[in-house]
Amino acid sequence: MELWKRFKDPALAQKLLQELKGLCQGSSQRPTLMEVCGTHTVALSRTGLREVLSPYLDLRSGPGCPVCVTDDSDIDLMAEVARQPGVIVATYGDMLRVPGSYGTLLDLKAAGARVQLVYSALDALELARENPRDTVVMLGVGFETTAPVAALAVQRAASEGISNFLMLSLHKTIPNALRALLAENSRIDGLILPGHVSAIIGEEPYRFIAEESGVPAVITGFEAVDMLLGIVELVRLIVAGRPEVLNAYRRVVSPDGNPRARALLEEAFRPVAARWRGLGSIPDSGLALAEPFAAYDALQALGLRRPEARPPRRGCRCGEVLRGLIEPAECGLFAKACTPHSPVGPCMVSSEGACAAHYTYGRNG
Amino acid sequence: MFMCLGVPARIEELEGDRATVSLEGTRRRVSVALTPDVKVGDYVLVHAGYAVAVVDEESARETIRLIEEAYGTLEEV
Amino acid sequence: MKDKLVTMAHGGGGRATSELVQAVFLPRLGNLELMELGDAAVLNLDGQKLALTTDSFVVSPPFFPGGDIGRLAICGTVNDLTAAGAVPLYLTVGVILEEGFPLAELKRVVASMAEAADEAGVKVVAGDTKVVERGKGDGLFLNTSGLGLLRNPPPRWSQARPGDRVLVNGPIGEHGAAVISRRSGFDLDSPVQSDCAPLNDLIGTLWEEGLGQHIRAMRDPTRGGVATALAELAARMELGIRVDESALPISPAVSGVCDMLGFDPLYLANEGKMLIVIDASVADAAVDLLRKHRYGAEAAIIGELTDEFKGVRVRTPYGGHKRVDVAEGELLPRIC
Repeated sequence: MELWKRFKDPALAQKLLQELKGLCQGSSQRPTLMEVCGTHTVALSRTGLREVLSPYLDLRSGPGCPVCVTDDSDIDLMAEVARQPGVIVATYGDMLRVPGSYGTLLDLKAAGARVQLVYSALDALELARENPRDTVVMLGVGFETTAPVAALAVQRAASEGISNFLMLSLHKTIPNALRALLAENSRIDGLILPGHVSAIIGEEPYRFIAEESGVPAVITGFEAVDMLLGIVELVRLIVAGRPEVLNAYRRVVSPDGNPRARALLEEAFRPVAARWRGLGSIPDSGLALAEPFAAYDALQALGLRRPEARPPRRGCRCGEVLRGLIEPAECGLFAKACTPHSPVGPCMVSSEGACAAHYTYGRNG
Repeated sequence: MFMCLGVPARIEELEGDRATVSLEGTRRRVSVALTPDVKVGDYVLVHAGYAVAVVDEESARETIRLIEEAYGTLEEV
Repeated sequence: MKDKLVTMAHGGGGRATSELVQAVFLPRLGNLELMELGDAAVLNLDGQKLALTTDSFVVSPPFFPGGDIGRLAICGTVNDLTAAGAVPLYLTVGVILEEGFPLAELKRVVASMAEAADEAGVKVVAGDTKVVERGKGDGLFLNTSGLGLLRNPPPRWSQARPGDRVLVNGPIGEHGAAVISRRSGFDLDSPVQSDCAPLNDLIGTLWEEGLGQHIRAMRDPTRGGVATALAELAARMELGIRVDESALPISPAVSGVCDMLGFDPLYLANEGKMLIVIDASVADAAVDLLRKHRYGAEAAIIGELTDEFKGVRVRTPYGGHKRVDVAEGELLPRIC
C-alpha cells in the first residue's frame, strides 16, 4: 500500500484500537478528551471513529472552529460592513449562513448587498484589482493556518499600492484560548491538539499546558490512523498520570513549525485581546493588523465601531459546546429549533461546527 | 467543503513562488510562498491554494513502523 | 418558511428547495400527481400510463470535461423519465439566450443535443427560443420537458422490503468533480470527466431480461449526490438503507479532486448514474447484466434496505457508522 494510504489503513487502525481497549479496560478509567479543532470533530464523525471509541472514552469538542467562536457582536459588525455603500464583502463560505441580528450575509446578499465568496485572502485582493471603483473588505476569520495567507494579502496590497482593499481582521490564535479553557473546565483529562495549526506554530507554544494545568496533550493529525495514534498516546499519558505534551504528527509538525509563516504573522499582525463566543474576552488571542498596515484596517478606514458584546440568542448553548461542557445533543434546541437548515447558532452552521457534525453524521451511530 | 486537508500532494514543477502539485492524477497550481524551501519531489499539505507544510516521508515511514511494531514511546515535546 | 427573498440556497436541490416547493408551489399548484414529487409525474391517459417531467439547466461553465449544457439537458430529462420507470420518447427544448452569446457556441450546444437525443433514441418535437438583454441572462439557460411510456411492469415502491439491495451502475461524483475542476479559482488540471449519459438503454436491458419486475424504485443522483438520493429513497420507502462505504465505486480521479479540494464524493452530482432498489434474489444477476453495458461497467451493490432504523447509515472501513442525509442548502452553485 502506498505510504500515505497507510494512514487510512483499517488494519493499522484495528491495532491501535486494540491497544486503546487494553489501556482503558486495564485502568477502568473513562477519560474525557477534548478535540480542540473543528476538523478533528468532523474527521472523527466522518470516519465513524466517534462511534467506535464511545465505549472507551468521552469526546468533547472545543473552540477550534473559527466561525463558531466568532462572537455575535462581530457577526453584526460584518453585516454593518456589508451595508456600507461602495463595499464588496469578500468572505469564506461558512460565514455566509451564520445568523446575526439582521439575518445572514446570504440574506443581505439576496437583498442587494455585495457579498462575494472567496477561497483565500489573495482571491479577495484580486477582487479589489478587478473592481477599482469599489472597496473590497476581506472578512479575515481563521486561526494560525489561515492567517499567514491573509498576511500575504495585506503585504501584497501594500507593496502594490492597492488602495481599495481592506481587511476586517477577526483572526484568532489557539494557545491562550486553551489556557482560558483549561482554567475553567476541569473535566478535561486530555487535549487532542490541532495538527495544522501546529504545523504553523510548532510545539513550543503548547509547553505551558503540561507546566500549568497538569493535563496531557498530543499534537494529532487527521487521518483515521493519525487520530487513533494521537488518542492512544494521550490515554497512555492520562493513565500513567503524566502531564506531558507529545507530537504524534511528526511528518507534518516540526518543533519550530513553519518559520516563514510565523514571520509573516509577526510582520503583518499584532496580538490583541479577542472576544470568543462562549469564552468571553481572552488576552493575546486575536490578531489585529500591525501598525505598518493600519491603513488596511477596515474598522478604522470605514469609521466603524465594534458593537457591544451581546448575550446569546435564547436557548442557544453554543458557548457551552465550545468549552466542551456539553455535547450538542444536550442543547435543547439541537435537532429541533436548530438544524443545519435553520440554524440558531454558528456551531450548527459551520462545516467544522460540532453541532453540524453531530447532526449530519449522527451521534454514536 | 473541508478546509483542512490531510492528503499530501507531490511537487511536480516549481516556478518562483508557484508550484504544480499532483494528487492521484489531479494537478493543481498552488503558491509555495509559505514554504519557500521546497524542491521538486517533496510532498506538501495544501490549504486554500497554499502549501502550508512539507510532509516528511522518512518521518511518515517511522510513524508507521512505530505502530506496526507496537511502538516505543514518543519523546516529550 | 421565514425567507422573504429567494436565496442561492433555494436552488441547491436540498432542504431549502424542498421548503420553497412546499411553501410556494404546492399550495397553489398541488394535485395528487404533483404531490408525489417524483423524478417524473406518472399520468393515466385513457388507460395508457405516461410519464412527464421537466428540468432546467443553468450549469456554469456551459462546456466542461465530458460534456456540455446541451448533452446535460437531453440526458437529464431522459434519465428522469428512466428513473420513473418509463421509456423516454419525446422531448421539448426551451432556450433562453443572453444577447451577445456566440452563435458558434450555440451551434456546439445544439450539436451535442442532437447527438445525445440520437443516442437515447428520443425526438425533440417542440421548442422555443427567447433572448434577453446583455447582463440579464448569463449566457445560456435551457429547459427540457420529456414524455415517456411507463414500462410494464413499472417499478413498484410498495413492494420494497428489508433485504432488498441497492445498486449503482458505476463510480460516483464524476459530474460534480468535473464541473468543479473547471471552475476558475481552483487552477485544477484533472483527468476527471463528467459521466453525463442517457441511461434508458442500460435500464432497458433489465426489463428485456425479465428483471424489471423485481425493481422497487430507481433514482438518478444529480444535485446533492448519491447521499441525497439515498436519503430521499429511504424517506419515500419508509425503510432504512445500510450502505457499505468500501463498496462505493469511486475513481482515483474523483478521489484526487475531492482530496485536493476537500469535497465528499457522496455529495457530488452525477449525470450518468442510477440507483436501483431490487429484490435480493436477483441483485447479482442484475449487476452482471449491467456490467455488460458501456454505462454499467463498474456496477456494484452498495447497500441494502432494513427496518432496523430510518434514514441512511454508512458503515465505514473502521467499523463505525455515520449518517448521510439530504444535502443542506447549496453546496456548489450552478452544477447542473
